[in-house]
Amino acid sequence: MTGYAYTILIPMIPLVMFLVTGLLGMKWKPIVSGLLGTIGMGTSWVLSLITAGSYFFGGHHAEGFQTIIPFETTWLRFTETLHINIGVLLDPISVMMLVVITTISFMVHLYSLGYMKGEKGFARFYAFLSLFTFSMLGLVIATNIFQMYIFWELVGVSSFLLIGFYYTKPSAVAASKKAFIVTRFADLGFLIGILILSFVTGTFDFGKLTEPGTAIFGSAASMSFMGISALTWAMTLIFIGGAGKSAMFPLHIWLPDAMEGPTPVSALIHAATMVVAGVFLVARMFPVIHFQAPDAQEIIGYVGGFTSLFAAVIAITQYDIKRVLAFSTLSQLGYMMLALGVSGYGGEEGLGYMASMFHLFTHAMFKALLFLGAGSIIHAVHSNYMYDMGGLRKYLPITHITFLIACLTIAGVPPLSGFFSKDEILVAALHHNKLLFAVEFLVAGLTAFYMFRLYFSVFWGKDRHYHHTPHESPLTMSIPLMFLAVASVFAGFLPFHHLVTSDKMGFDTEMHMAVAAPSVLIGLFGIAMAWILYKKESAVPEKLAQRWGILYTATYNKFYFDEIYLFVTKKIIFNYISRPIAWFDRHIIDGFMVGIGLVTEKIAYQIKGMQSGQLQHYAFMFVAGTLALALSLVYFLM
Amino acid sequence: MNILTSLVVIPILTIIAILFTKGLKGARLVSAIGMGVQLLVTAVLLFSYLGLRKAGVTDEMVFTADYTWFKSLNIHYFIGVDGIAVAMLCLTSIVVFAGIFASWEMEYLSREFFISLILLATGVYGFFISLDLFTMFLFYELAVIPMYLLIGVWGSGPKESSAMKLTLMLMGGSALLMVGIFGIYYNSAPDGGPLTFNILEIAKIQMPVEAQRFFFPFTFVGFGILGALFPFHTWSPDGHASAPTAVSMLHAGVLMKLGGYGCFRVAMFLMPEAAQEMAWIFIILTTISVVYGAFGAIWQTDLKFINAYSSVSHCGLVIFALLMMNETGMDGAILQMISHGLMTALFFALIGMIYGRTHTRDVTKMGGLMKVIPFLAVVYMIAGFASLGLPGLSGFVAEMTVFVGAFQHQDMFHRVVTVVVASSIVITAVYILRVVGMILLGPIKDSHHEHLEDAKWFEKLSTVTLVLAVAAIGIAPLWLSDTIISSLKPIVERLAMAIPF
Amino acid sequence: MIQGIPLEHFLIVSTIMFFIGVCGFIIRRNLITMLMAIELILNSVNINFVVFNRYLYPDQLQGHFFSLFIVGIAAAEASVAIALIINIYRKLQNIDVENVNELRF
Repeated sequence: MTGYAYTILIPMIPLVMFLVTGLLGMKWKPIVSGLLGTIGMGTSWVLSLITAGSYFFGGHHAEGFQTIIPFETTWLRFTETLHINIGVLLDPISVMMLVVITTISFMVHLYSLGYMKGEKGFARFYAFLSLFTFSMLGLVIATNIFQMYIFWELVGVSSFLLIGFYYTKPSAVAASKKAFIVTRFADLGFLIGILILSFVTGTFDFGKLTEPGTAIFGSAASMSFMGISALTWAMTLIFIGGAGKSAMFPLHIWLPDAMEGPTPVSALIHAATMVVAGVFLVARMFPVIHFQAPDAQEIIGYVGGFTSLFAAVIAITQYDIKRVLAFSTLSQLGYMMLALGVSGYGGEEGLGYMASMFHLFTHAMFKALLFLGAGSIIHAVHSNYMYDMGGLRKYLPITHITFLIACLTIAGVPPLSGFFSKDEILVAALHHNKLLFAVEFLVAGLTAFYMFRLYFSVFWGKDRHYHHTPHESPLTMSIPLMFLAVASVFAGFLPFHHLVTSDKMGFDTEMHMAVAAPSVLIGLFGIAMAWILYKKESAVPEKLAQRWGILYTATYNKFYFDEIYLFVTKKIIFNYISRPIAWFDRHIIDGFMVGIGLVTEKIAYQIKGMQSGQLQHYAFMFVAGTLALALSLVYFLM
Repeated sequence: MNILTSLVVIPILTIIAILFTKGLKGARLVSAIGMGVQLLVTAVLLFSYLGLRKAGVTDEMVFTADYTWFKSLNIHYFIGVDGIAVAMLCLTSIVVFAGIFASWEMEYLSREFFISLILLATGVYGFFISLDLFTMFLFYELAVIPMYLLIGVWGSGPKESSAMKLTLMLMGGSALLMVGIFGIYYNSAPDGGPLTFNILEIAKIQMPVEAQRFFFPFTFVGFGILGALFPFHTWSPDGHASAPTAVSMLHAGVLMKLGGYGCFRVAMFLMPEAAQEMAWIFIILTTISVVYGAFGAIWQTDLKFINAYSSVSHCGLVIFALLMMNETGMDGAILQMISHGLMTALFFALIGMIYGRTHTRDVTKMGGLMKVIPFLAVVYMIAGFASLGLPGLSGFVAEMTVFVGAFQHQDMFHRVVTVVVASSIVITAVYILRVVGMILLGPIKDSHHEHLEDAKWFEKLSTVTLVLAVAAIGIAPLWLSDTIISSLKPIVERLAMAIPF
Repeated sequence: MIQGIPLEHFLIVSTIMFFIGVCGFIIRRNLITMLMAIELILNSVNINFVVFNRYLYPDQLQGHFFSLFIVGIAAAEASVAIALIINIYRKLQNIDVENVNELRF
């Protein structure tokens, strides 16, 4: 138990790096901040690997993995039972997330040394990266749901800062604002969910909440609001929080725009770590969701399934390579959510849970690789658009090979890691929900198709007129690519079903050929289609696009969701709520207050004529008044 | 001399010292020294208070002193503090200190300016230490009246009418308050015996319920007007927009807190039955305040208007949380008062500094200031994040305590309005980010803004003081929260005993 | 005491005098005339004082005292008023009360 005290250093090192580079960074040469950040991150990475090694492989786990809390302190106390603690919680999923985050973050730190070289605000960039890593690590090691919320918000802000890194660019500013506000909206759901949950159970603590067969929900069953039980409300609202961060439909709109940030940021935040926070949240609350709110779990499954299909369809028509990757991220996140949605609890039943975590892990590796590869391509040709690219395999050999590996992985070609994790998800889906299985099966084909569409049109096809000959990136950029490529290839052989499971007990799985074979086949079919259409420049895609007409345009414009949101916010909220309120306040309420003043003034103006300055008027009034008083006195007394 | 009395005496001595100075340099130096000493005294007070509590002193009020100054009406100069008052005094000292430095270059009638400013501060200090209703009211008036001069003489824009509106509305509040206070006084001895203004004495007895019903609205609304309670908040945008920087800081940062403080220390503490009975009306009003203020802020283009509406929203949250009448909710209210005081003072300081450079407060005419004045821009962003409730800064602590406290209420109505109120965190994010995006980020809109000077040393001192305070509460809130909660016990117990009828 | 003249006669005279004074004060524009009207009012009161003293408390003198006071004060008042009137005349070249309306809203 005490052996893990050093784990507190894993998030603390990035925090210190943030403070140091943030406060002193502008005084130094930029590269010092970069190196400092990278070394710090490297230390955290090594510590995480040591933690994972000793947690997963250091000792026998016949009765499952223990939850270890090496450090915990009270941060804010509300009542005797409700208090926010800050601490470190180690269990299989948080240890796994530590590894994922520090690995990707370290790779991104390293890669950025080359990619961001010479950019203005280099030190600032590293400070923000450290801040983000700190927040993300704090999120996954949270011991209670409120600590998670705290870091959840911090993650949102650091993401805002990183997306808006090029702050003089209006599009980047708009994108960062959008990302923050959309996720903030979702966080409201999360917050209310927490409030309901804490009201019902009287605790924030994960240990008490997720303990199987716990009695704290005893009183909850009777509580309901609008005919739906309190816990279903709580879990659905918490899922909305997760859906915001993980960009589930219909809160997905911020993610494609978030690609305005520097590419390493997209790799770190919007592919591998922050966007899986939602999945992690659902996984963390899984026992509660599964046992107390099965309806919420249904919702999670369907939302995940729909998002993965929806995003895959859009990805086919996009031309900006980072956006293709963004939609592919959405689609893969949908997979993970769906897997949680169809999972049971314990042993074989918990296959979906295990598969989701497994896919989270492998996806982090290959998606980071894809983004970093895309960064390398963008670095070489200075454009984000596929129609500015072509024939790059000659110029960028390392990028080409690693990108190909990543595409094969995401397409689910055996024996690369994506195949294993996706296969488990499909099996889990087949057991629980045939409809969702069919959707996912289709998406597997689409994924292969759009990824290879990207691959072929970038690396094959005709040469374009480049301003200068594209050249391979420096070593600091290619080493992370190679490392992640190796990780993508071999991550599939990790025995996840023994390590990360719903009830922390290992179980055995076998290959389901009946699922695996067709899914590989549809993947290969997708690749083949892409080969036919995009390997050589041809007019076929153009014609197909015209054939589909409206449908194509709608897809290309992402089904106009951005426009709908824009309409709702700008037109309805701004124009029809905010503006009338501002008007109402100035004219009605303030008008009323000013009106009181004006009326007083008016009356005074009217009666001031009595003060005429004519002595005899006063005398007359005086006498008349005296007489009137005297007469009335006489009248009333008589 | 009692340490609390010295809190009133030091500002007065400072004022007298300023009278002997000449010009801006002397006046600001004396003010800075005086308020610096004041800050130190407050710090000493804080630590000796914590020391006393640690030593096991359980008196409701400590550092008490009592002098009769008007015998026939039984009016006393009765002072004493609990944890809440100490916290409010610390807030006041920090804001006043920062305010002096924010008006470091007040050229026009500088002696008179600093005198009025410190006179205002004297009133605030006196208010927070008083435990006698009449003395409290006296100091309250002392704090409100210099405001008219400060805005009317040193303000900008339509300053005369703004000053008039602000002062008249606050005086209207005072009038209601006076009715309330005399109502309490004449009902302070229902079983015969001498009438008293002493808060602690009155808290021991139960005022007749009919009297409570009649006088509670007077007292609560009277204080509520200063706390920008909807629909009596409209002095706030005009007043803040016209006021000079330091006055906006002091007014939004400290003076508005007098309202919230009075609401629970006088209205709710002394008339618990009526408070329980009428809470729902004010809960609805404050819920409107919170959401309405936030929506109102979205549409504004003047930086100070945005902040004024945001203050309406945040101060609404204070009174909302007070009305939850449980420990956590009221704790959240006090935290929110302190947090809002600090961050809104920071906001107004920054707005003043930005205005001093760009000569406009119109957000549509500014842009890309991050590039030109990075220090001020970064601090503005920090203030913005504090305002939208970023963890690690004070706003988050306060808001979460309010929401958790309010949601623990057993009544469904309270929980539903809590959800409505919580939605303001999204709207707050919208208007904060809108402003940040418009003025700090993006390309530079006005070519005159390409060469502006970044913060000078006194501006840095002023803002950094506030930022440190905001961050300190945000990072380590436990001691503050525990101090407040332990002081809230008698109030909450008294409210809990008053069963709604 | 005063043979054959009943109280009512005195009161009627004084009432008539009083109202003549009031009417004069309100109607006449000339300040001197108004001053004279005030003297009429004061003297009507004097009559009442003296008469009531005589009829109600013949063995006391308070009524007489008061009327003497009033006479004295009226003299003082007349001197102040005439001083004022002279000043007004110097300023306005007439003593018409309608022109003295500086002190108003």
